[in-house]
Amino acid sequence: MMEILEGSHAVAEAVKRCRPQVIAAYPITPQTHIVEALASMVADCDLDADYICVESEFSALSACLGASAAGSRVYSATTSQGLALMFEVCFNVAGMRQPIVMTIANRAMGAPLNIWNDQQDSISLRDAGWMQFYAEDNQEANDLHYIAYKVAENHDVLLPAMVCFDGFILTHTYEPVDIPTQEEVDAFLPAYQPVNILDAKNPMSLGMYATPEYYTEFRYEIEEAMKRARKVFAEVGAEFGETFGRDYSGLIEGYRLEDADVALVAMGSICGTVKDAVDEMREDGKKVGLLKIRSFRPFPSEEVKAALAGVSTVAVLDKNISIGQKGAVALEVRDALYGSSGAEVLDYIIALGGRDVRKRDIRAVVDLAEKGIGDQFYGLRTEVL
Amino acid sequence: MDQESELFQCGHRACGGCGPALAAKLILKGTGPNTIVVASTGCMEVFSTPYPETAWGVPWIHSLFENAAAVASGIESSLKKQGRDENVVCICGDGATFDIGMLCISGAFERGHDITYICYDNEAYMNTGIQRSGATPYDANTTTTPVGKCSTGNPRPKKDLPAILNSHGASYVATASMAYPNDLIRKVKRAMEIHGPNYIQVHTPCCTGWGFDGSQTMNIGRLAVETGLWVNYEMVNGELEHVRKVGSRKSVDEYLQVQKRFRHLFRPKKNEEEIAKIQAIADHNAEVFGVDRK
Ligand SMILES: Cc1ncc(C[n+]2csc(CCOP(=O)(O)OP(=O)(O)O)c2C)c(N)n1
Ligand code: SF4
Repeated sequence: MMEILEGSHAVAEAVKRCRPQVIAAYPITPQTHIVEALASMVADCDLDADYICVESEFSALSACLGASAAGSRVYSATTSQGLALMFEVCFNVAGMRQPIVMTIANRAMGAPLNIWNDQQDSISLRDAGWMQFYAEDNQEANDLHYIAYKVAENHDVLLPAMVCFDGFILTHTYEPVDIPTQEEVDAFLPAYQPVNILDAKNPMSLGMYATPEYYTEFRYEIEEAMKRARKVFAEVGAEFGETFGRDYSGLIEGYRLEDADVALVAMGSICGTVKDAVDEMREDGKKVGLLKIRSFRPFPSEEVKAALAGVSTVAVLDKNISIGQKGAVALEVRDALYGSSGAEVLDYIIALGGRDVRKRDIRAVVDLAEKGIGDQFYGLRTEVL
Repeated sequence: MDQESELFQCGHRACGGCGPALAAKLILKGTGPNTIVVASTGCMEVFSTPYPETAWGVPWIHSLFENAAAVASGIESSLKKQGRDENVVCICGDGATFDIGMLCISGAFERGHDITYICYDNEAYMNTGIQRSGATPYDANTTTTPVGKCSTGNPRPKKDLPAILNSHGASYVATASMAYPNDLIRKVKRAMEIHGPNYIQVHTPCCTGWGFDGSQTMNIGRLAVETGLWVNYEMVNGELEHVRKVGSRKSVDEYLQVQKRFRHLFRPKKNEEEIAKIQAIADHNAEVFGVDRK
């Protein structure tokens, strides 16, 4: 049913329909409205979950780990400093192969303290073994939750997933969102079928320590599972498309890329602005397109390579920076194209800490890229430096 | 019980005469098989679960050094949601409990989860090579409170964790010693019966960290009680209910001089002043808990 909802509430409605049995979360802007909405649903018995009011994000994810290991479907949400506080547990959850789904309302990392959007928080956890899916709008944020659970819980995957959507820009924006019915979601996402759980009738040890003789093989298994997740995501996304009419079979999405000379690459809500700018530039006769990355982990290298095959200039918009190197998305794209493409890949660090991006900024990036000027912070206010 | 049916099985990698290993065996006799154990990083985790082996005959999970109480909260919540009824028991070292895990323990107790948290108190971080913890006794020589020209070892007395958890409204808080096995088992059984968060702190001498021969573990454990440096008591709903009395308390010398961690108090010459401070701690314990059998 189509409803006009705040992004956070659209996500909360999606989570409710995924029927988590245990929720543990700690409030932090701009994630707060999600967990408040879920708490209300539990208080009204609209959602049959145990809501654990933990004392920190560190405990939130730890409690989720325990609940998942004991056989329940679980949920959490956080952002920025909260995600950073979970760092240690994030690796643990992945290492123990618990298919937890967590929403990240993307926000900049302090210092300086900044509550607005960029994607530094989740990007900084890219190596933890979690899948990371980025939503362009609130419809996608909603839909990715059903898909994330289904992919995470697939027995060929069994990895946790972050559904990332931009703080404020999406969390606090009202948009029409088509929310499926509970029956529809139940049919798409059946009850959780855990493997290897804590059960007194069948004792086993979880999270033991492993010597150099075994540790590498555990890491290898996670990596292989992450690779399998590409195919599983595509299948689940296609199935979602057949059921709900919105196709997510692609880990990437191309927009007017077919004959493009210049391709912009981006993740998250900025893609909406880029699409509009691309339309305008196309009217001006510029052959520009967008490659939207939907899944950052697993990273769809093959798909990126294929999509950018005919492009001569690639301009990556990075809402993060790996300090001392470049933006993380640009590094991935360069790696994907390495050895197969003559395209120039230029990186633009943009929209950090919530700075606004308009269509004219996208056009300016394309102008720079066409001149071969890149690998820089875009729109630096040199007068305040 | 024959070896086959032990829930904590032999063959683990603990030092011969390890107090915590014996405590684990006794604790599981108290919990019975319908139990999920949550561990923290530390000696016991390492000696009992080198992959692909495990000494645990009950479901067991370890996540991190500091989050056992939070993981247990999630497990308890998950079981409740599934309509399952297993005991959830944390078995964690003193470092995990007194220091780095306090945040999670405080949260779990305040929320009132139905879990029993058992700290095996070997009075230091043993797994990482004998560094002090908040449970290390006054004047103990550890690698981070070394004895030196200006130091007589650990400068602070033990943190009173039972009191802290009592003030969280825990319905049952007890101390025990692995040197009194039946008492320990009884207390664990009692905790299993009581709803809500419970805490048991078990004194578990560590031959390697404290510096004594592995054949002496029981004797050292008993000496701690007989001197009053360790008190075995039970608190129910914040009220002291039962204390193990001691007929004629031994002087602390007897306990201190058989452990290398206190050797500096006796060699090259006896440090009467410092030993008197430790005697005062024992006397204070005796008075507060009414240890002396009149
Ligand atoms: C966050 C973190 N900091 C430090 C460590 C290193 N570390 C592992 S076990 C341990 C000490 C454990 O002490 P305790 O809980 O008393 O158990 P014991 O080893 O004495 O049995 C330390 C410091 C760690 N694993 N994690
Ligand atoms: S170092 Fe101490 S606690 Fe660790 S196994 Fe040896 S005796 Fe036990």
